[in-house]
Amino acid sequence: MSEKKTIRLIVTRQDRPDSAPYEEEFEIPYRPNMNVISALMEIRRNPVNAKGEKTTPVTWDMNCLEEVCGACSMVINGKPRQSCTALIDKLEQPIRLEPMRTFPVVRDLQVDRSRMFDSLKKVKAWIPIDGTYDLGPGPRMPERKRQWAYELSKCMTCGVCLEACPNVNSKSNFIGPAPLSQVRLFNAHPTGAMHKAERMAAIMGDGGLANCGNSQNCVQSCPKGIPLTTSIAALNREATVQMFRNFFGSDEV
Amino acid sequence: MAGNREFFYRRLHSLLGVIPVGLFLTQHLVVNHFATQGPEAFNRAASFMGNLPFRYFLEIFIIFLPLLFHAIYGLYIAFTAQNNVSKYGYFRNWMFMLQRLTGVITLIFVTWHVWETRVQAALGTEVNYDMMANIVDNPFMLGFYIVGIVSTVFHFANGLWSFCVSWGLTVTPRSQQIFTYVTMAIFVALSIVGIRAILAFA
Repeated sequence: MSEKKTIRLIVTRQDRPDSAPYEEEFEIPYRPNMNVISALMEIRRNPVNAKGEKTTPVTWDMNCLEEVCGACSMVINGKPRQSCTALIDKLEQPIRLEPMRTFPVVRDLQVDRSRMFDSLKKVKAWIPIDGTYDLGPGPRMPERKRQWAYELSKCMTCGVCLEACPNVNSKSNFIGPAPLSQVRLFNAHPTGAMHKAERMAAIMGDGGLANCGNSQNCVQSCPKGIPLTTSIAALNREATVQMFRNFFGSDEV
Repeated sequence: MAGNREFFYRRLHSLLGVIPVGLFLTQHLVVNHFATQGPEAFNRAASFMGNLPFRYFLEIFIIFLPLLFHAIYGLYIAFTAQNNVSKYGYFRNWMFMLQRLTGVITLIFVTWHVWETRVQAALGTEVNYDMMANIVDNPFMLGFYIVGIVSTVFHFANGLWSFCVSWGLTVTPRSQQIFTYVTMAIFVALSIVGIRAILAFA
């Protein structure tokens, strides 16, 4: 009788936020066109590990299943990426799944990325348009600018760039590449530019822009191909100008 | 913005690394290169530098204070990084790691070098060709000096690259790529100057 094709997975598990992580191996039946999520769903359907022992189903986060929400990010075979677009046929086995440890682990592969939301709030990553009356349409945006700004808007706050960055860790308070690039995006918008100085002040504060050490892992790792290091360098230039404005005085501030 | 000094310290660290520390390093290596023209040429150049007017002022404000700030704050920067080249083996990530590694090596080397030359000079030893010749007479010390010089020059050249990014000079990937070539050419050129000089004493 021919042997049935299987998939081997080694999952780094953790029962509670404060408990020690451990590895558990799984062997699940192969089906064509599986991704890491459908493999995890198979474990959930039949939570038995490779030794044949009954175990708890593996916990992970997911939402859109088409790589636009960022929720299902995890470290797959050593690299952080979205598990929805990680196809089993393209992965070396055993497939190693780990949580993105840059963030607090909630359970198994599920992490708490709220620090990224906090950073977006800190840098005012939005465009204030509300008033007491209708302000009418805003100024137009040059098409060329719109094109590069659109690339920056693809950020889904997945956390992969923070995971890859050597300067985002428990010893530093660096907010990481993603929120910095959002500052460039919202400063580029004609209406958003009205709050440019506030955003620059936020990223010129502690844990901000200056913490970048130019390892450029972020731009190599971003699943959306966002030019994160270009954004950082562009903000560095803006910060240089802002620094002189702040010290010597300017009507722009 | 009291208590919000990180941006200022980082930018100061970046600036001081180039002006004046990097400029001093280049000048120092160039003056040392006189040793390749023989002991007299080196002694003339060394005594010219050593007898510059306002020497102590120049030493304190162009060398020691900037160097001390750059070194101490640099150590803090180096030890807040969590290097991950084994996982992300990209070129720039290697340079990131090497920048921190050579920074630490350079600090050890420069401390020892200042002790052996400037501090000894202050204690009454004359700074001349023979002083260096005696030091590098020991093959271990010659090796230590070569490693120290190459590490210092690398740290300066690659630091120049990150200086250009940190101050917003090189923004596009293309300009950053070309500056990688330029700074690595500076690394090779200054390494040759430094190693030729130290070998002239051996």
